Amino acid sequence: MHEMGIAQELVRIALEALPRDLKDPKVASLNLRIGKLSSVVPHSLTFCFEIITRDTPLEHARLDIETVPVVIRCDTCGRQWEADTPVFRCPDCENGQVRMISGREIDIDSLTLME
Amino acid sequence: MEIKIRKNILEKNLTEADKNRSFFREKKVFVLNMMSSPGSGKTQTLCRTLAQLMPDIQVGVIVGDICTTNDADRLAKTGAKVTQINTDQFGGDCHLTAPMIDTAARQLGCDDLDLLIVENIGNLVCPAEFDIGENARVVVLSVTEGEDKPVKYPLMFQVSDAAILNKVDLLPYLEFDAALAVENMKTVHPGMPVFELSAKTGQGFEPWLEWLRQQL
Ligand SMILES: [Zn+2]
Repeated sequence: MHEMGIAQELVRIALEALPRDLKDPKVASLNLRIGKLSSVVPHSLTFCFEIITRDTPLEHARLDIETVPVVIRCDTCGRQWEADTPVFRCPDCENGQVRMISGREIDIDSLTLME
Repeated sequence: MEIKIRKNILEKNLTEADKNRSFFREKKVFVLNMMSSPGSGKTQTLCRTLAQLMPDIQVGVIVGDICTTNDADRLAKTGAKVTQINTDQFGGDCHLTAPMIDTAARQLGCDDLDLLIVENIGNLVCPAEFDIGENARVVVLSVTEGEDKPVKYPLMFQVSDAAILNKVDLLPYLEFDAALAVENMKTVHPGMPVFELSAKTGQGFEPWLEWLRQQL
């Protein structure tokens, strides 16, 4: 369970990104991209986020989480595919060396301020 | 109004991990991150590994544990330099982070080491997410766990450079399907070497040591 640490970092980065000249900023949403293979549980992350943002500009901010699919490429034959189960073996050449193109993201893309 | 940020939330750890990597490169020490669930026999695997490698290869160990120093005490008996990180000072974390490794590595001193092994905290989830500046990662699974662990915790097996299937001396007494366990590891990470061995009896140990020596 490392979602609390991730939530803390998320809050730190978001607060740092707020324009300094803004008086009493309120954040409406944080837009995240979380890879399907990353071991971050969105529900736990949201829970931790809600706890630590009380009385901050991030209080009541919504976490909009975009799930990024796991995309694998076989270096041996060049085949690229989206994996929906943890089977990363190349369907064409069986044992080729594979590489993950996406699916491990734990990124904050942007934040939206309240009007 | 939308403000673009575009950052990896773990970027602070990644930056620290890169710093560790430069430090280790400068000290000419190879760093191995050993991960597993609790009770896989990781410490015993390390004890036997150290006994075989020392004194030709100088090894240091950083042991991560939530509380006790039991594992560090066992490992120190091999003659290796051992230091302990107790994560309860950091809130009982379930994994080691790059800054903790930096502190421990400096405490240990890396000048006369060829190999630094980090015994990560027993957990198949969190340690997989945190780059600590290592050169290679090894995951230990044992035959007293489920054959389906690799597909339940795919990231751990996907990020590992090699896997150990430990406690194979117990196979005659269990219904564990070793071939299926290895198969599961290879569906998650094709091409990853898997060493089936017993840290208790030493059975199957040589290919693992050979792999490790080749990495250095
Ligand atoms: Zn292929």
